Amino acid sequence: MAIYINKDTKVIVQGITGSTALFHTKQMLEYGTKIVGGVTPGKGGTEVEGVPVFNTVEEAVKATGANVSVIYVPAPFAADAILEAVDAELDMTICITEHIPVIDMIKVKRYMEGKKTRLVGPNCPGVITADECKIGIMPGYIHTKGHVGVVSRSGTLTYEATHQLSQAGIGQTTAVGIGGDPVNGTNFIDVLKEFNEDPETYAVVMIGEIGGTAEEEAAEWVKANMTKPVVGFIGGQTAPPGKRMGHAGAIISGGKGTAAEKIKAMNAAGIEVADTPSVIGETLIKVLKEKGLYEQCKTH
Amino acid sequence: MNIHEYQGKQLLRDYGVAVSNGRVAFSPDEAVKAAKELGTDVIVVKAQIHAGGRGKAGGVKIAKNLDEVRAYAKELLGKTLVTHQTGPEGKEVKRLLIEEGSDIKKEYYIGLVVDRATDRVTLMGSEEGGMDIEEVAEQTPEKIFKEIIDPIVGLTGFQARRMAFNMNIPTKLVNKAAKFMLGLYQVFVEKDASIVEINPLVVTGDDDVLALDAKFNFDENALYRHKDIVELRDFDEEDPKEIEASKYDLSYISLDGNIGCMVNGAGLAMATMDTINYYGGTPANFLDVGGGATAEKVTEAFKIILSDEAVKGIFVNIFGGIMKCDVIAEGVIAAAKEVGLQVPLVVRLEGTNVDKGKALLNESGLNIIAADTMADGAQKIVELVG
Repeated sequence: MAIYINKDTKVIVQGITGSTALFHTKQMLEYGTKIVGGVTPGKGGTEVEGVPVFNTVEEAVKATGANVSVIYVPAPFAADAILEAVDAELDMTICITEHIPVIDMIKVKRYMEGKKTRLVGPNCPGVITADECKIGIMPGYIHTKGHVGVVSRSGTLTYEATHQLSQAGIGQTTAVGIGGDPVNGTNFIDVLKEFNEDPETYAVVMIGEIGGTAEEEAAEWVKANMTKPVVGFIGGQTAPPGKRMGHAGAIISGGKGTAAEKIKAMNAAGIEVADTPSVIGETLIKVLKEKGLYEQCKTH
Repeated sequence: MNIHEYQGKQLLRDYGVAVSNGRVAFSPDEAVKAAKELGTDVIVVKAQIHAGGRGKAGGVKIAKNLDEVRAYAKELLGKTLVTHQTGPEGKEVKRLLIEEGSDIKKEYYIGLVVDRATDRVTLMGSEEGGMDIEEVAEQTPEKIFKEIIDPIVGLTGFQARRMAFNMNIPTKLVNKAAKFMLGLYQVFVEKDASIVEINPLVVTGDDDVLALDAKFNFDENALYRHKDIVELRDFDEEDPKEIEASKYDLSYISLDGNIGCMVNGAGLAMATMDTINYYGGTPANFLDVGGGATAEKVTEAFKIILSDEAVKGIFVNIFGGIMKCDVIAEGVIAAAKEVGLQVPLVVRLEGTNVDKGKALLNESGLNIIAADTMADGAQKIVELVG
């Protein structure tokens, strides 16, 4: 089971002939991801890493039956790449590209209204269902198959958390990086809903950071709807206001978006929040034991 | 990226948005010349720094004649202004805006921001102008009005008029105010701003509606398509270490502490700062070397960290992931040798080829303390720095 992607997911890589895309195409193929095609305008008819390249997403979908795309296109052209994926009616497009202008993303979000495609990202590490399908840039080996879902705004911090879980013998269903930009596709609530409905997922780790109110909204939703335990962490607890911490979305402004507010909202929703990132795994294990789920979640 | 008030006003003028006449001056002589050219009875001398709260800090002076203009210009240029937005160290005034005085009847607030909750640009307005808008939002939220803008049609005439009526702009000036807002929105989207604040927007005795202040912030991700905006960048207003870092595509932010940090990934970098604080230390910086950190980038990052005299120790926290740890280790060793490291260095490596990476650090002959986890590393560096 797991969510969004699995061993049957057929993936095309948008911008496949770029150096980053090529490197990660190789990594994804090695992991076992079904990469069925790539798109680079003007390079149609060629082949890279044994994968056929097409001029347009539409062509690639027609020829391969792909249902998901991953985007490594440079920032000035990435918003257009998302639009092309939406136009081709893919189930999902995962945009790895960072530094897309926010005005472009506002237009993209408007264009996507009423359309079928789900967008994950931009500026995200991607989505991985352990041992089945890896789409993005995350290191595959830190993930192990199991029953905990992971959702996060940050890349390497997700690796940190997932690594801790795997080391502690707690496997994962799917890890979703939703990205660090202020205007993005999939949000915490979208992913939490999926995990809540996924019979294979028994608990969720949710990693947020300063800026915006997405964590507070997610906490409200958890309080009202979530039937599974959620453990959290918020990055940037000691970040000063007004300074943008790397991610375009990670800034405390106008007294909003502080870690303290987020942690308070999460605690109020019954989400246990780890004090430091080093104890995310420990905190989850403690909660799993309390809920009598530890034995089911211990996978190795 | 931020720009000065006078630059923001020029941008507004270019888009037909009403602002008072004014000129920039870098010296008292230029200030007097500008005032002469303006030729009005009342001249406003305004300090130009990238921070709000200038009025309260004594950075805005009203001159009645050219002698006063000269005196105020002399007083302000070179002065360090401390406002609630500059931090206690303040900012030195190097530029002035010499502007004609306005006969102000009433002050309002107008702003445009990207609203993350709706994924739209949102127009905000209030009749409580001239005040800190965050205070207004807290104390009298009913006095702040919002119009959410559909990117397909942009800000519409009816939305702008509705805002003007809501703000209690005098009826005969509603169309002028609406025109102002429509122009403001046009600048915002065409120049990829992320925040525009006009505080205050004023109605004058001559029935003009104009911007008395202009605060712009631009989306750095869109600067590649706005060479004209990039030219407005004032390096004097930025931290030299942050400027240096941006040359190497490193995301660096100066902080007040004494533990230099080097991390890959923004989320992990923030979490590393948090962990150092948790164990009683204080980070000297936020530094994300990015996913594709090379030996060269690592070296530059080291140099920037060490150029901060407050740094008494360095914590490197890398989750290799796709990056191989032995490559990172080589970069750290090369950098430590090149810069002649004088402070304790704790390195935590995790990810692909971690054993190779640790072995390289151990065999380097350098005084590098290896840490097993982020928490372990944070505790070690906090202890070493004392």
